[in-house]
Amino acid sequence: MGAMAGISNSKSGFIIYLCVGYYLIMAVLAPGFFTLNNTMNLLFNLLPLLIIAIGQTYVMLTAGIDLSVTSIVAMCSVLGGFMMSSDTGLFQSEFAAILFGISTMLLGGALIGTINGFAVAKLGMPAFMVTLTTMILFSGLAIWLTQSQNLYNLPEAFIDMPYTSLLGIPIPVYVGLLVVLVAYFLLNRTIFGEWIYAVGANTKTAKISGVNVPKTIVLVYVFSGLCAAVGAILYTARLETGSPVMGQNILLDVIGAVVIGGTSLFGGKGKIAWTFFGALFMTLLDNSLNLLNLSFFIIMVVKGSVILGAAILNTVLEKSLKAT
Amino acid sequence: MLLKMNKISKSFGEVAVLKSIDLKLEKGQLLGLVGENGAGKSTLMNILGGLFAPSRGTMELNAEPFIPNSPNDALKAGIAFVHQELNLFTNLTVMENLFISDFPKKSMLGLSFLDRKKAIRKTDELLSEMGLSISPLAKVDQLTAAQQQLLEITKILNNSPQIIIFDEPTTSLTRYETEKLFSLIRKLKADGTGIIYISHNLEDVMLLADQIMVLRDGQLICQEDKTALSIPKLVKAMVGRDLDQYFPSRTTMPAEENLLEVKHLFGGLVQEVSFSIRKQEVLGFYGLVGAGRSELARLLYGLDPFTSGNIRWKRNKISKPSPTKWVHEGMAFLTENRREEGLMIQQSIEKNIQLAGLTKERSLGNLIPKQIIKNKVRQQANANKIKYHDISRQAVATLSGGNQQKVVLAKWLLLGPELLILDEPTKGIDIGARHEIYTLTNNLVKAGSSILLISSDIEELIGLCDRILVMSEGRLTKEFQKGSFDRSNILAAALHGQEKDEKR
Repeated sequence: MGAMAGISNSKSGFIIYLCVGYYLIMAVLAPGFFTLNNTMNLLFNLLPLLIIAIGQTYVMLTAGIDLSVTSIVAMCSVLGGFMMSSDTGLFQSEFAAILFGISTMLLGGALIGTINGFAVAKLGMPAFMVTLTTMILFSGLAIWLTQSQNLYNLPEAFIDMPYTSLLGIPIPVYVGLLVVLVAYFLLNRTIFGEWIYAVGANTKTAKISGVNVPKTIVLVYVFSGLCAAVGAILYTARLETGSPVMGQNILLDVIGAVVIGGTSLFGGKGKIAWTFFGALFMTLLDNSLNLLNLSFFIIMVVKGSVILGAAILNTVLEKSLKAT
Repeated sequence: MLLKMNKISKSFGEVAVLKSIDLKLEKGQLLGLVGENGAGKSTLMNILGGLFAPSRGTMELNAEPFIPNSPNDALKAGIAFVHQELNLFTNLTVMENLFISDFPKKSMLGLSFLDRKKAIRKTDELLSEMGLSISPLAKVDQLTAAQQQLLEITKILNNSPQIIIFDEPTTSLTRYETEKLFSLIRKLKADGTGIIYISHNLEDVMLLADQIMVLRDGQLICQEDKTALSIPKLVKAMVGRDLDQYFPSRTTMPAEENLLEVKHLFGGLVQEVSFSIRKQEVLGFYGLVGAGRSELARLLYGLDPFTSGNIRWKRNKISKPSPTKWVHEGMAFLTENRREEGLMIQQSIEKNIQLAGLTKERSLGNLIPKQIIKNKVRQQANANKIKYHDISRQAVATLSGGNQQKVVLAKWLLLGPELLILDEPTKGIDIGARHEIYTLTNNLVKAGSSILLISSDIEELIGLCDRILVMSEGRLTKEFQKGSFDRSNILAAALHGQEKDEKR
């Protein structure tokens, strides 16, 4: 209750109303929007985006940016495909294949995150530059490694994972919930979380106050890499293939979700709950425009306009809040 | 009469900031304007400077009604404002700053071009008039704070104003540079310029002013000739009560044991500095700006690397000092740049105060015991007499300078450091808050900690320290023990290096 009051009277209240309003309008306008089938569809599209956007939130809270998430998704998908596909046949048992496949994906994400974090924190390079180059590097590497071929024949249990339910709830929902809870806990209950906000709010002050700034920065990029890897696991299972071009179109959605949620590009301000609604809005937008049967390019135009409109409205509202 | 402000009132919404203020200024007169932070000095000057319109009241300039609609109007009417925060483009050169709005032009083939040669020549003239020996093409961010201050004044004099408002012009200047500024001010006065001088440094105000005006809570307490006033009288008028003692007394003596020993430290400006600080000692560092005092503190705290020398903390050698290590060991550093290095200006008071002490309070490795921290932060904020209305939501940006400084101090006191380095802790802070800061640091020493105090205010050092070290050009030049503090000797030791230069 207290948390809800906190959300609704701050500027993030805006994104909640936007989500609810948009949902209601589309329920009327878009054919087949308000159905169980589409709701499941929404959920499956939301989860990986939400998870990757949460990692991005951590990075943006330190006034950084992680453009490499798309390449991490592609790289992890390829790595997982290699490990698990019966074509490569590395493992006899399905269980071992899945276990090693998932571990490799997580490890790969963490590793790329470490490279990003190290370059930003220890070498003092701009995050934009670092992650832009790792994005290009690992996207290319993923395609080169697979010679642009998809990896099929993944283990049955892995492919079925999105449709397997525990106590009536599909497994990806548990995964998403786990990531949200862990991310929330780290950010709000640990010194690491407090340090993330401090680094973003004022790096110099943070340093002088004893915050281990390099360590904090490396860890947020590792976290972002891990989140992207988890996103890759869900995408790979759902599409039943390890693909070197997986996730190449999600960068706008990820950054859009975080920013539209209200996290500041300048660091120090943002919440997991805001990013949740930001990701929800991006998913609703994508889904409804698809249902309206618009062409891919029209969808891009509309999406860009809606995000711009929302951002303008958000800024105007914030200013009027400040003025009172 | 050069300027008359009649019954000026100003309200922001419901809040009355100024209540019927009268102000008179003659040609060639200097009016000192004093009052605590929030007394309404800035608002009054911003009305004069055209930034705000008064809610009620009128102004007359040279006996004509004066109604500025914008700062530009006021500037055109000849009212110049030297702000405490300088209005310089630090990424541009000295010359570009001086001529930013009115660059000399030359005409070639019917087209108008910038005349750089002429600009450089004029810049040189203006600079030498000010006694500034800097290149017109030097980038402003490479100048010292004092040079920047003087450049700002040069820029303003370029418009030959009738009235100049100085808001705390000496906070970043040393005594020596201050004297230079004062002789400039006296010259301006002699030329017939009316001057309004705002400062927390009452001695300066008493020295310079013809008349002094005291504001308190938006009300005019008095405008009187200097001769009728004294510092205690001013303090009483500003604060509304007697401050029994400006520097609160402290009876503790330094212990025998050394807490920190620094030997032969070199790095940047700092040239072979050795000193030690004992437990429960208040050690002062005096020197001109650029003498290397802040640089020494930065080397010590691990913010800049040192080239050679060694540091011992409780007899243990510290080979690679870093803030993280020092905070863990119990050393804290309140830097001179409150906004840039002391605060997270947009974050809440609570987040700011808890930042350094968190690691000490953590449980189970990395967890924050929220309620315990919350209570401690609140206690510390109250002990520091920070005036706030919502500790966990209010951004420190909304606080006055004095209260902001008390937030930084609260952050360090919550950590409970064994050594607290204070670099110009009372710069630009009003008397009430200053007194509270002195009391708080004294209490810290009584509880067993040591303080390294860097200050450009000799009175402050004499009032608080057990021992004063003087630096000049990166070296230690002299040491003074409590009981044998002598203002002119200390100043002489600080000027030591410069005199040597002049003799050469």
